[in-house]
Amino acid sequence: MTDQESRDREHARARAEREATHGSDTPDDYANADPNGVGPIPSSSALTTPDPADATISGSGVGAFGGRGKVRIGDKVFRYLTAGAGMFVCILITLVAVFLLAKAIPSIANDKVNFFTSRTWLVSGSTLQFGIVDLLWTTVLSSVFAMLLAVPVAIGIALFITQYAPRQLARPVAFVVDLLAAIPSIVYGVFGITVFAPKLHGIIDFLNRYLGWIPLFKKQISDPGTVFAGGIILAIMILPIITAIAREVFERTPRENVEAAWALGATRWEMVRLSVLPYGKPGVISGAMLGLGRALGETIAITLILVAPPSGAPFSPSLFYGGETFASKIANAAAEFNNPTQTGAYIAAGLVLFVLTFAVNAAARIVVNRRREFS
Amino acid sequence: MAKRIEAKNLNIYYSKFLAVSEVNFTIAPRSVTAFIGPSGCGKSTVLRTINRMHEVIAGAHVQGDVLLDGENIYGSAVDPVDVRRTIGMVFQRPNPFPTMSIYDNVVAGLKLQSGRIKKVELDDTVEKSLRGANLWEEVKDRLGKPGAGLSGGQQQRLCIARAIAVEPQVLLMDEPCSALDPISTLAIEDLIQSLKEKYTIVIVTHNMQQAARVSERTAFFNLAGVGKPGQLVEIDDTQKIFSNPSEQRTEDYISGRFG
Ligand SMILES: Nc1ncnc2c1ncn2[C@@H]1O[C@H](COP(=O)(O)OP(=O)(O)OP(=O)(O)O)[C@@H](O)[C@H]1O
Ligand SMILES: [Mg+2]
Repeated sequence: MTDQESRDREHARARAEREATHGSDTPDDYANADPNGVGPIPSSSALTTPDPADATISGSGVGAFGGRGKVRIGDKVFRYLTAGAGMFVCILITLVAVFLLAKAIPSIANDKVNFFTSRTWLVSGSTLQFGIVDLLWTTVLSSVFAMLLAVPVAIGIALFITQYAPRQLARPVAFVVDLLAAIPSIVYGVFGITVFAPKLHGIIDFLNRYLGWIPLFKKQISDPGTVFAGGIILAIMILPIITAIAREVFERTPRENVEAAWALGATRWEMVRLSVLPYGKPGVISGAMLGLGRALGETIAITLILVAPPSGAPFSPSLFYGGETFASKIANAAAEFNNPTQTGAYIAAGLVLFVLTFAVNAAARIVVNRRREFS
Repeated sequence: MAKRIEAKNLNIYYSKFLAVSEVNFTIAPRSVTAFIGPSGCGKSTVLRTINRMHEVIAGAHVQGDVLLDGENIYGSAVDPVDVRRTIGMVFQRPNPFPTMSIYDNVVAGLKLQSGRIKKVELDDTVEKSLRGANLWEEVKDRLGKPGAGLSGGQQQRLCIARAIAVEPQVLLMDEPCSALDPISTLAIEDLIQSLKEKYTIVIVTHNMQQAARVSERTAFFNLAGVGKPGQLVEIDDTQKIFSNPSEQRTEDYISGRFG
């Protein structure tokens, strides 16, 4: 058997297994989801994406009649095109990684302090001293905070749109949330620092009074440019993507799961809890991770909002403190990219951001795949 | 605790489309009634009006009354949630909750109805329901495993266990065996025989032999004509329907299938 044929068979077999074993939980069934409620449609391959293996499997199966000669030219072209596109992306990512490494390594090698644990950032002089721990903290804190704010709200909005709202109301609400994604981040930044952040004093003082004993909620500066303000703006920015994904998966809850809950005498909320939420969980998790990835890399809004503490200021884990993220640090320094070792320090910071985002996305994949196996 | 079901002048709609018109019947408690008829004549639709599942479809509504021991389940003060807790349903395709274990599937309805229940009581109910559904021996060692990991026939019996765990008064089954092999089908038919001692059972089936085997009464549904709504042609003792029906149309349908 040639490579090609064995790959085709493998492909077709995996596909058949997927359809047989997973029933309603495979993505294939998403395509069968039935918004008009005409009842469950048996899983069929008619609606799934065309698969080049389909055309060749019969050919390789009945060797004497077809064999390799039966491979359709269109399938061949299609296969090479898709393979090429996939390869292109991989090459691109590798090139970016290689570029970052090549530029960053010389600077890291000349770093006089520990790159991972140092809090100093002095790169303009003749000796390089730079560490990322502060950047990492601010980046992660603001993004995770944003995600924690955005996810429950997104789930609420998505449930409202798909389960509760009458049709006339669901559409406008969905549209408005989508519109949030159309606002440029510079506008978010300007709005955040001039209008929104100054209004937070009340809340910050309140939280500081009652929760100030927790380092996270200890008020450290009176400047409005806090991680707290930045995180809230980030939350608004990532809300549309998480909502859209949650809405999509909630809408596709298989009718039979929903009816199983109804038939047991579930109220609407109980039906949501029994059927919609468990079904949507992997999707919501991956949506949250996408949002987190977006928040980690968000640059201009956060650069405008966050106030950088003076160098040498003591570390504070607080939300009510300024700081710089990887992205804002690099953006703030854009004017000084004139000598390669100095630039290399910033590129090293960018590299860490790249790895962080990559890890978040990989984690999302793993979570989603694990969930899918169990359900 | 089984109850009598009466339908009075039921007209069942999907939005403006009248799917079934003028259905009247009475079903005695502790009996098995089979609904038969060609595809699309409205058997499932009628069945789903008996526990108010019809109205979960957007735009679907019902005119007329369904009485459960004389009480109209379509009365304005009646909560459909309560109706569905009293009248259990089993679907054509087995539909256990895919992320839940076998155990949790069985007690899902119970937890909805009674909130917090002691673990021992839950354990009792699980065993009783699974025994009732003829599944206990097969799954007693893996109650914590996902319900979706069972075979199709086992999943269907799990769904039956889930439905009887809440001790309903009536059990509705929409082609419960159509996705199953002959052995699982037999298991479920036996089950129906034993369940009818406690419950009023209505079963939709396309399998005439099955209707003849399990039911005492049979209702034959048909379309009133091309493009016309479905109707109940006649309901009578199963034996009479299959040997000597009053209506010519019933005879045609049955002999067409048998001959
Ligand atoms: N969700 C729905 N929306 C609109 N029309 C529907 C819907 N479900 C069923 N119908 C229509 O109602 C009529 C009766 O359908 P029903 O499903 O009750 O038939 P059935 O007798 O159960 O058929 P089968 O034996 O194939 O299951 C059909 O004309 C069908 O097209
Ligand atoms: Mg039907």
